[in-house]
Amino acid sequence: MATAVQTVERENYLNSNYGIKSWLLTTDHKRIAILYLISITAMFWLGGFFAMMIRLELLTPAGDLVSSDTYNKLFTMHGIIMVFFFLIPSVPAVLGNFLIPLMVGAKDLAFPRVNLLTWYLYMAGGTTALVAMVTGGVDTGWTFYTPFSTTYSNTHVIGAAIGIFIAGFSSILTGLNFIVTIHRMRAPGMTWRRLPLFCWANYAAALIMVLGTPVIAITLLLVALERAFHIGVFNPQLGGDPLLFQHLFWFYSHPAVYIMILPGMGVISEIVTCFSRKRVFGYEFIALASIAIAVLGFLVWAHHMFVAGISVYAALVFSLLSYLVAIPSAVKVFNWTATMYKGSITYNTPMLYAFGFIGLFTVGGLTGVFLASLGVDVHVTDTYFVVAHFHYVMVGGMVMAYMAGLHFWWPKMTGKMYPEGWAKLSALLVFVGFNTTFFPQFILGYMGSPRRYHAYPPEFQVLNVLSTAGASILAVGFVLPMIYFVWSLRYGKEAGPNPWNAVGLEWMIPSPPPTHNFDETPVVTWEAYDYEHQPQEEVTLGH
Amino acid sequence: MAISDIGDIQVAERALQHHFADMDQQRDTSSFGMWMFLLTEIMFFGGLFCAYLVYRASYYQAFVEGSQKMNIVLGATNTAVLICSSLTMALGVRAAQMGKPKLMVILLLITIVLGFGFLGIKAVEYHEHWENHEFPGPNFHFETGNPAHPATDPQHTQIYFSLYWAMTGLHALHMVIGIGLVAWLVIAGLMGAYTPHYSNPVENVGLYWHFVDLVWIYLFPMLYLISKKHGG
Amino acid sequence: MWKNFPLFPERASALAWQVDGLYFLLIAVSAFFTLLIIALILLFAVKYRRSVHPHAVQIEGSLPLELAWTLIPLGICMIFFAWGSLIYFQEARPPKGAMEVYVVAKQWMWKFEYEGGQRDINQLHVPVDRDVKMIMSSQDTIHSFYVPAFRIKADVLPGRYTTTWFHPIKAGTYHLFCAEYCGTEHSGMIGEVVVMEPAAYQAWMSGGGSSGTLASNGQQLFQQLGCATCHRFDTQGRGPNLTGVFSKPVLLEDGRTVVADENYVRESILNPGAKVVSGFKPIMPTFQGQVSEENLMALVAYVKSLAQTQQKGAASDNSSAPDTPNVQ
Repeated sequence: MATAVQTVERENYLNSNYGIKSWLLTTDHKRIAILYLISITAMFWLGGFFAMMIRLELLTPAGDLVSSDTYNKLFTMHGIIMVFFFLIPSVPAVLGNFLIPLMVGAKDLAFPRVNLLTWYLYMAGGTTALVAMVTGGVDTGWTFYTPFSTTYSNTHVIGAAIGIFIAGFSSILTGLNFIVTIHRMRAPGMTWRRLPLFCWANYAAALIMVLGTPVIAITLLLVALERAFHIGVFNPQLGGDPLLFQHLFWFYSHPAVYIMILPGMGVISEIVTCFSRKRVFGYEFIALASIAIAVLGFLVWAHHMFVAGISVYAALVFSLLSYLVAIPSAVKVFNWTATMYKGSITYNTPMLYAFGFIGLFTVGGLTGVFLASLGVDVHVTDTYFVVAHFHYVMVGGMVMAYMAGLHFWWPKMTGKMYPEGWAKLSALLVFVGFNTTFFPQFILGYMGSPRRYHAYPPEFQVLNVLSTAGASILAVGFVLPMIYFVWSLRYGKEAGPNPWNAVGLEWMIPSPPPTHNFDETPVVTWEAYDYEHQPQEEVTLGH
Repeated sequence: MAISDIGDIQVAERALQHHFADMDQQRDTSSFGMWMFLLTEIMFFGGLFCAYLVYRASYYQAFVEGSQKMNIVLGATNTAVLICSSLTMALGVRAAQMGKPKLMVILLLITIVLGFGFLGIKAVEYHEHWENHEFPGPNFHFETGNPAHPATDPQHTQIYFSLYWAMTGLHALHMVIGIGLVAWLVIAGLMGAYTPHYSNPVENVGLYWHFVDLVWIYLFPMLYLISKKHGG
Repeated sequence: MWKNFPLFPERASALAWQVDGLYFLLIAVSAFFTLLIIALILLFAVKYRRSVHPHAVQIEGSLPLELAWTLIPLGICMIFFAWGSLIYFQEARPPKGAMEVYVVAKQWMWKFEYEGGQRDINQLHVPVDRDVKMIMSSQDTIHSFYVPAFRIKADVLPGRYTTTWFHPIKAGTYHLFCAEYCGTEHSGMIGEVVVMEPAAYQAWMSGGGSSGTLASNGQQLFQQLGCATCHRFDTQGRGPNLTGVFSKPVLLEDGRTVVADENYVRESILNPGAKVVSGFKPIMPTFQGQVSEENLMALVAYVKSLAQTQQKGAASDNSSAPDTPNVQ
């Protein structure tokens, strides 16, 4: 006769404490990651709604859906939300927070209370910016160029600037936490050369967060002060220099794009190795390429200013450096492709998103080389070519990497599997929708269609309609995961500790992990991505 | 082992956070964290320093004239005040490390007094500049004070003053935060929180205080001492 | 290309061919690498799928391969860098003898003033096969002068002049767009560039400009605003003699030497204390708020014309003064 087995629900970070206070006052990095997941998803939908409005308006050449002022606010707010409140925090704040302590074998990040503070700063900054948007909007573009933003705009520039300022400190402190954690909290045996490349990537991004973000903070503070007190640091009527604003702004905002993409590249390194069952090709090269991107990324900012009135010699220098920064990214793409060579490959959803990333990031990165070429840049800067370029790297690259990571680590974070069929369908819709939306924009840009245009000449309509059609497919591709991820929380299949049979400390503890992560401090004796010696059955620590 | 040693170690154990293996790791980590934070502060002030360098290079004469309206006596006094406060702060850290909490509290209190002294002198200077219409904005009006040498470029002198108020204002804000942090150390110190085995909060606040002092040591010559020829 | 589904605008300037050439090279190389990566991924994904290749072969890396795919792309990029820079250098150096058009951009229109005194709003008339140099400034925010058919673009800034130039090779009407976001009607700040055959251009030129050339307007302003009181041409006045000053180096009171270009003349009118000429006192009053952008351009054109007057010799009573000691 079979004995009834009494199951006691194992303690994990989700059920260890109930009640809203236990979440809002948590210092557990995993709970903070979930808090971020919810807020960032909400911001993504808001930014996406603004995108939908933009694409609907652009179905027709005339500006007939919304007024000019409203349109200007729509693209501004789309940019601000997507850049500052979605892309920059996305992988670091959600996946980085959750996984870095697990990957290095620590019980938490170095400064857990600071970690919670970063979420509150993010919420405060987000709320401030949203209030500015809801009570009238901002219409300066996410780039806040002066003197329009300081003198001529009649919108809530100061509110938006302050919101971004506050959220900037969230980013700075997150980066600080990651750097200190990776330096000081690694488990015994976890040498730098054994660190997962996800950690290297987030480390490089954290360097940029820490060094670059304070500059945009002070710049936006000066814009707010100038607007409030008419002080004239950037206003030529009062002796100031609008180009100084552009230099200070881009000094951060260019490295910021590497903050956005580097963590995504880290995700891809984890996924390509797991679903090829292989150690990564060229570990040191990928690790050092991440650092190279972070360093070189600080040296290229004025490539946003080739037609702005800088000297020819300055332009030459920045053009040359901009080619240099493309090379480490290319090296990574080649290394990931080589990792697949003679691997043993399966087509799980994370891997499908990784394929999409590699292809689309290649296109996006190569079109960056177009923009680094001075002669071509003069023609295509400030046109839809640039819009297409950055959406290829940010959406085709980064958002796909984020989706890949969410799918890959969802079982670890929630203990549940998502439905694979629906997930594959969504990945396909995202891929098709994305290319349909943004590839026509390269053509539009070279034809001369400027960006931030509410109305356009009729000969650009066909491509615009195609782009909007793509956007609706893309939207469906993003809605489906919202639904099935939530569905999986209740009805998803139980995931064990390691549903993918992946190598890594995070896969050796239960799903969802216990609050204290590891019963005993792990001692690492294996190399990174040691798929050669990964046994078929699951290995767990202690349980 | 003396009874006081046992108490010290217990205090340290209570202060050990759960995610650190031992107090050494906690101390190393928190120091590293503070150094990283100071690095971000350098970048934060750096934007203003960059704007200052650019405008000073292009509009030197305007900056000279603005700088000559600064009160060098008060500025130098403030520099001396801050350097002394860094001394008392450093001695306070040493006292904490030596297990002399009462001495630490006294030294930190002197540091706070000196900090307030700095802010008080700054307030006097600000008041003077305000009365002279040297605050940027619609009411800005610049006079060199020397009828033989009228202002050559008041527009760019206004930018000098914008940077003066922004840079010293940001510095003063950091002083206020610093005083708050030192006050917190005083209160915790009075309750016996710091021992030779656990003094890293004191060390870290000390680092912060020295950094804020260092920023002033750059600001003083940059803003007050631009030209040797002080027309007065 | 395909008339109904074009991939690039008309090539209406001499430079357009070069820009398109570089663009197509970039497309070719990018397409090659993109297709290569996609092909390899698909190939590996199929050839090494789990069902036919159950055991992965562990490969750590390969230094020769890493060096190859670092250095080869770097080399290719240097080709792009060289060609792109050559084009950019040409764009930055308007040829001597180019005809000049002054542009004032404002929210949300383009105002053009020709040397002959004609004015245009939102429509630029230029002759085919001549070098045309645009000297531009903004009355308010940053704008950007963009003519896709010429492949040129240059931001137009408040507070200073920026320039660009082109050489139209084909008569026709081409789009002019503002390419730097400037507020509500940014997308309405568009116009046309009308490139005309020589005969048509002559006809158009004689049709307008009744108020005199730009330089003569400037001369009138020079008298009306009282500039002539200090900037005398016959004797040493309280201000420097402006004959032949334009585009020459000038020694300043603080020891710097600057070139007297359009921006220098403009700044000296609006903020004379910023660059005081060596040997002179900083007594020139500012004209900020008293001269419009158009007036400034007329004055600049006038000062430019003084250089040519000197070269031509004593044509009027405003000449023949010996070089003043401080203008080198």
